[in-house]
Amino acid sequence: MPSLIGYYSLIFGVGVSTIIIFFSIKNFNDPEKIDTKVTSLVFLQLLFVIISFSSLILSFVVSDFSNETVFNHSHTTKPLFYKISGTWGNHEGSLLLWLLVLTLFIFVFLLRSKKQPKKYKILTLLFQQIIIIGFFIFLIQTSNPFNHIFPVPKEGLGLNPILQDPALAIHPPILYLGYVGTSIIFSSALAAVCSNNITKMWASHIKKWVIVSWFFLTLGILLGSIWAYYELGWGGFWFWDPVENVSLMPWFALTTLLHCVLVLEKKLILTSWVVILSIATFTLSMCGTFLVRSGILNSVHTFANDPERGLYILIFLFILIFLSFIIFLIFHKSENNNSKNFYLLSKETSILVNNWFMMYFLSVVLIGTIYPIFLEVISSQKISVGPPFFNKLILPFLIPFMFAMAIGPQLKWIKSNIEDKVYLVLFFIISLILSILIIRNLDINFLYNTILITAAFYLFFITLRDFFHKKYRNLSQITAHFSFSILILSILFNNIFSSEIITNLKINETYQAQNLKINFESIEQENKQNFKAIKGKFIVEDQSGIIEVMQPELRIYNQPNIVTSEADIKTNIFTDKFMTMNYVQNQDYFNIRYQVKPFMIWIWISTFMLCLSGCLTLIRKSYEN
Amino acid sequence: MYGRKVKLRFFFIFLIALTLSFTIFLILKSLEENVVFFKSPSEIKTLSEMQNKKIRVGGMVKTDSISIVNKELNFVITDFKNEINVVYSGLIPNLFEEGKGVVAEGYLNDENFFSATKILAKHDENYMPPEVKAALEEK
Repeated sequence: MPSLIGYYSLIFGVGVSTIIIFFSIKNFNDPEKIDTKVTSLVFLQLLFVIISFSSLILSFVVSDFSNETVFNHSHTTKPLFYKISGTWGNHEGSLLLWLLVLTLFIFVFLLRSKKQPKKYKILTLLFQQIIIIGFFIFLIQTSNPFNHIFPVPKEGLGLNPILQDPALAIHPPILYLGYVGTSIIFSSALAAVCSNNITKMWASHIKKWVIVSWFFLTLGILLGSIWAYYELGWGGFWFWDPVENVSLMPWFALTTLLHCVLVLEKKLILTSWVVILSIATFTLSMCGTFLVRSGILNSVHTFANDPERGLYILIFLFILIFLSFIIFLIFHKSENNNSKNFYLLSKETSILVNNWFMMYFLSVVLIGTIYPIFLEVISSQKISVGPPFFNKLILPFLIPFMFAMAIGPQLKWIKSNIEDKVYLVLFFIISLILSILIIRNLDINFLYNTILITAAFYLFFITLRDFFHKKYRNLSQITAHFSFSILILSILFNNIFSSEIITNLKINETYQAQNLKINFESIEQENKQNFKAIKGKFIVEDQSGIIEVMQPELRIYNQPNIVTSEADIKTNIFTDKFMTMNYVQNQDYFNIRYQVKPFMIWIWISTFMLCLSGCLTLIRKSYEN
Repeated sequence: MYGRKVKLRFFFIFLIALTLSFTIFLILKSLEENVVFFKSPSEIKTLSEMQNKKIRVGGMVKTDSISIVNKELNFVITDFKNEINVVYSGLIPNLFEEGKGVVAEGYLNDENFFSATKILAKHDENYMPPEVKAALEEK
């Protein structure tokens, strides 16, 4: 029954979409008339999607196995929390969630932009409805979440256990808020081009959407990263896996856009570039969906490999790109040339420098991700591009990037002189000495690492000074740059000072190394709701005599029958101790991995601060109003 | 003479072209060095020369082949036509089991022995490397 309601709500939703489009085109020259009606229509549409989504959740909660999606991804013994989060833990449900966010955002957009020109609003709505209809049809045609099965099975197939995790329950919705936010930016940029509405007012209006999407995208990536850290048992936070890269690409584009919109807001230059970036950001988000959903990239996120779905998204993507390209060429009027007031030493230039680097990082990640796919298609050679490629191409360029990040905000708009900048040199010397002291006795590439850490420290000190010196002006910018410096510092130290031991042990065996002793004391079993837990007990003693008891866990799930390892992590503000164990089939041995990872927690904290810095702008905005 | 505006524009275009070509050169160069090729055991048998380059070998873990000798993990990767012995000491992923798909990354000692530095197994119980699937279907 819920399935039927859900399905028909979707059909009604498409109906409302067509009415909205028809109605707005017909009365396009009489915007006053459309304005009020359209908002209620959009609300109606949102309501239908909410009903549809709720009925899917309901099907999951009551384990209605006559619904194919529920049958494939749920099980009666699964805890309630994961029954609910299982709703979007699969292809069909996650697309429905995507649709929900799409309709929600356009509704909020209409409410929040009362002061904007009417024509611009209606055009944004039109473009957004095109995207919405695309998703409706995609959902109903190729991935209907409400397919019926008969006879009704007694039990479902269960959710992949590694997805049964709190971080992963909220990771998709948050990430989607970011992805879908870019669709609003896309529609609104096209609408602004069509209605010739690219003004400073538009810039400050769209800036909010850019910041909101950026906030959610960053938070979403962070959650995914934290999850991978403790659940996949690799003990790292970023693996340059294609699926991670796919979320990083729109992030680069969005961050670039964020900076450009600031310039646009102040000086009304770079208009074409902002429009192009808006289109690119959304295209990259869609590309991500395409790559992940089509099964071209094999990963946790690939729920089902169905070429038809991939083809649909690909066609949809091309239509959108083609459409936006045409609109851009026909309607876009080139900007009034302000380049007369363009000086080499100014805030604008430094933001352009930021853009260059961002575009460079973006292209490295883009090429590293799609080159293997491309090569396989043309030569059927299978290759993979690993972390060394990205580290080699990205890390060195962080050096000038961070210097620019430190110095750029010190410059003024239009034209600036370096005066009274003794502290710029002073901080550089301090950073240099500090990093030499740290790197001195280590067995790593001295010059390269010193410069890298100097750059990070430099950014750290300069932004720290700004906190006090600038008296809370540009607070969000300073916080963002400051957090970024902590992020890079902790990543670098984490890389340099991490140590790990991997070995195979039997119960009661002891592993002895130069500076560490690991004693495998015992294992015990425990039965939980839908898995059996095997808990190991290890006594780890380091050279200074500090003893730590680690209890990593193996979980054997009932349905699907999968073993996962739960890492035991002991966290304090300086370092993480991390242990996983895994059994070796048909042997008495357990595979043990023990890692010491310094500053791990600071990677999470700094990224979280980075997210918050975006919010600061919004809060201050409404405070000032 | 050209005006300041035109000069500035030329300067920008020149700079963009320069960075663009530099970027492309750099990316392609590192791609060449850092790419890891994927081979099946059968493809390894037909290799004309042993290269001292990191590769990936994919297939199924042969039944009854897992053993631990001197704390090192030994197993056999098979694509049901040919097989290769793998020696490995390192992290063993959860879904590493006999009769399941696996990808090992490392170096070839000779055409029968492979020292792995990393083992990848997928996070899905139904996953099977495409090469193995193809091999199974041929049988």
